[in-house]
Amino acid sequence: MSITIYEAGKIITMNPSRPTATHVAVRDGRILGAGSLTELTGWGAHTLDRRFADKILMPGLVEGHSHVAEGVQWRFVYCGFHDRTDPDGRVWSGARSVDAVVQRLDEANQKLGTTSGPLTGWALDPIYFDNRRVTRHDLDRVSTERPIGIMHASGHIMNVNTKALEMAGMLRPGVNHPGVPLGDDGLPLGEMKGPDAMTPLGPHVGLDRGLLSADEPGLRAFARLCVRKGVTTAADLANLLPKPAVEMMERVGREPTFPVRVVSLRVLRGASPRETIEHALALKQHSNELMRFGIVKIVVDGSIQGFSARLRWPGYYNGAPPGLWYVTPEHLREALELALQAGVQVHTHTNGDEATELVLDTLEAALKKHPSNDHRFTLQHCQLANAAQFRRMKNLGMCVNLFPNHHFYWGDEHYRLTVGPERAERMNACATALATGVPLAIHSDAPVTPLGPLFTAWCAVNRQTASGRILGEHERIGVADALRTITLGAAYTLKLDGEVGSIEVGKRADFAVLEDDPTTIGGTHLKDVRIWGTVQGGRVFEAATI
Amino acid sequence: MRDVAPRPVTVIGGYLGAGKTTLVNHLLRHNGGRRIAVAVNEFGALPIDSDLIEGADGNVLTLAGGCICCSFGSDLVAGLIDLAARADTIDHILIEASGVALPGAIAQSLSLVAGLTLDAIVVMVDAETIRARATDFYMGDTITRQLTDADLVVINKTDLISTEARAALQHWLPAHAPSARVIAANHAVVAPDIVLGIDSAFVHATTKVDHFTRAFATESFEFEHIVDADRLAAGLADPAIGLVRAKGFARDPLLGWVTIQVVGQRHHVTAAPTLADPSGCIVCIAHGRRLDRTAIGTLIAACRPS
Ligand SMILES: [Zn+2]
Repeated sequence: MSITIYEAGKIITMNPSRPTATHVAVRDGRILGAGSLTELTGWGAHTLDRRFADKILMPGLVEGHSHVAEGVQWRFVYCGFHDRTDPDGRVWSGARSVDAVVQRLDEANQKLGTTSGPLTGWALDPIYFDNRRVTRHDLDRVSTERPIGIMHASGHIMNVNTKALEMAGMLRPGVNHPGVPLGDDGLPLGEMKGPDAMTPLGPHVGLDRGLLSADEPGLRAFARLCVRKGVTTAADLANLLPKPAVEMMERVGREPTFPVRVVSLRVLRGASPRETIEHALALKQHSNELMRFGIVKIVVDGSIQGFSARLRWPGYYNGAPPGLWYVTPEHLREALELALQAGVQVHTHTNGDEATELVLDTLEAALKKHPSNDHRFTLQHCQLANAAQFRRMKNLGMCVNLFPNHHFYWGDEHYRLTVGPERAERMNACATALATGVPLAIHSDAPVTPLGPLFTAWCAVNRQTASGRILGEHERIGVADALRTITLGAAYTLKLDGEVGSIEVGKRADFAVLEDDPTTIGGTHLKDVRIWGTVQGGRVFEAATI
Repeated sequence: MRDVAPRPVTVIGGYLGAGKTTLVNHLLRHNGGRRIAVAVNEFGALPIDSDLIEGADGNVLTLAGGCICCSFGSDLVAGLIDLAARADTIDHILIEASGVALPGAIAQSLSLVAGLTLDAIVVMVDAETIRARATDFYMGDTITRQLTDADLVVINKTDLISTEARAALQHWLPAHAPSARVIAANHAVVAPDIVLGIDSAFVHATTKVDHFTRAFATESFEFEHIVDADRLAAGLADPAIGLVRAKGFARDPLLGWVTIQVVGQRHHVTAAPTLADPSGCIVCIAHGRRLDRTAIGTLIAACRPS
């Protein structure tokens, strides 16, 4: 029942009726009010906490599309090109060449000494090495005794050494698969492209598919990373949510020091649409304050950089075939109709504009049968939607969660190779979404790109590629819009905007605690805002000691 | 690696409602002594008729006649690795592809797993709906890519369409399934030897004609001389000869005893154990018309190395 009043350098509330404040009062993990000390004193006896007196508070950031598996990846050797922070706060410098990757793996291998087991790396992105192919011969320089595997940043390609190929029974002639390039000797070069080609190698290099969905240590590591990035609510977008995982999450979520709210979506996979909707409905009963269940995710197509996203005419810029469907229209229709009937929210993964069109068509028909006033079905990624599709989203009551991080990491590739200049400039059309009135969120899809809503906001505000090109000036959004999008916007797509996303009376006391003011630092510096930590449900978590 | 002959894999593709599941159950019912492992990736309950199910062992159903069925979810290759590991209890693997899967891509994945070899890609089509599906805004190109991949197309539910519609479909299909032989069926009733390949025992026992095979012209050819096996296999796969399937044994001057297998235009030659019977023998099956004995006889003679 005790009341704490936090004094801050500035409180950005996202509440338009009092956009800024100096103090916020908290009781029972919820906000009594934001305003002046005098106003808040009226609530009764309180403790004045001045530790944030020189800090900026804003609503706890909401990551609307990530994967808790980000917390698992950091057990492996980071081989990415860009600097990246791990859950312990250590900044791993980027590995800027194949040699640097090899050297980093070599150091890790030395540390392993004579212990057995594989050496595993992740986040490799040869796009930045002029697409020079990494081969088993490169990795054999690290070890010919120990199996080695590196997952690419995209999650769609893996590199392995000779020992790993041998153990998987793949060091043989006669492999005839588009995802397995061969050397002059007719043997695989160790680059395995696509899920099918990666599967035989995964178990031998510590990258088993099952292992990559989060376990308990992975969930805890993910939560620490959230604190470092100012995140107090994160969506875990594709989980099969078997019973033991749900029990573990429920238990961890009840711990008094677990620092983040996780919304975990049941992905439609390995079960019929009906079973999946029923499972989601049953899981809803297991939700607690920090662990939320009950939403369904459906993957409709593949990825743009993997050329498996379903594109409408005229297809891929380089002439590749128009992508792959991962669900039939019949199953999609059944799932959407059942979900509308049951009141279960659905998030659909659509990267290509044809996949988006299928969801729009299917939902339009399903809504005629089962009208719903506030379904908030959300298109995830939805990177190639055009203005007409945004208008349809608006009319159908859909939300969209766009992926502006793509512009920084792969925007140059999209311009040059995948979708060509015009569509690359239109991709992730945040400004069009806002102008059309489609409820908007933006995301990192961590571990595909690094978790960090302020970085994602920077991407949406600047649309700058790794090479420095501004990709689609017209679709840039303002800082105020971007900040609203990574708080209230994302909360709305998870039906949590009544609980979180702004600092106002009645809501959860979830704050991002910042050293710099994102509203005055300037759009080009948004990614440089320093983060002290978070307050989650009234509990204070400092990044430096998490 | 264990020393077992690679297990043949038949991929059954086609869109929802074409009759893939009916075909699978039909083959399990009439397996001719083959121990078939069925791998499915459709969601939900395993699509096996309940009277065929004998028990469950983990996520594997044990079926009548030593057959099994397993679901691999979204991870086909992992499922195939598991099946390859139990190859000594399996004679043949059937993959029932999902409605949106490209069977050619599944066939390519087989080379990632040691101990498996592609037998054929069979694509089922629904006689009533295939042409509309092939022009569907969303699914059209997926359907036509499935047909392009096929070695054999089974037109199912032919009893539901008129004779004219059937003729039109027979005319339309070759353009869309250029490497396939086309056969017609009702309720997915097709001779197991057509879908799964000719049983080795059948090659030397030409009297065996089951009631499913009656719709086909089956002939056996014996020859004493050695042949260029690759050339003979390619010749038997020539669309002009019109065979659906062929299988036999022959002596090749370089390779020794070999097995020759033909399905549609796909053909392969593999090493075979030395036979007691010194003469070569090929069983050929053609569909819907008489088999051209003279052409095949001429071909065999022409494949004698000079
Ligand atoms: Zn994702």
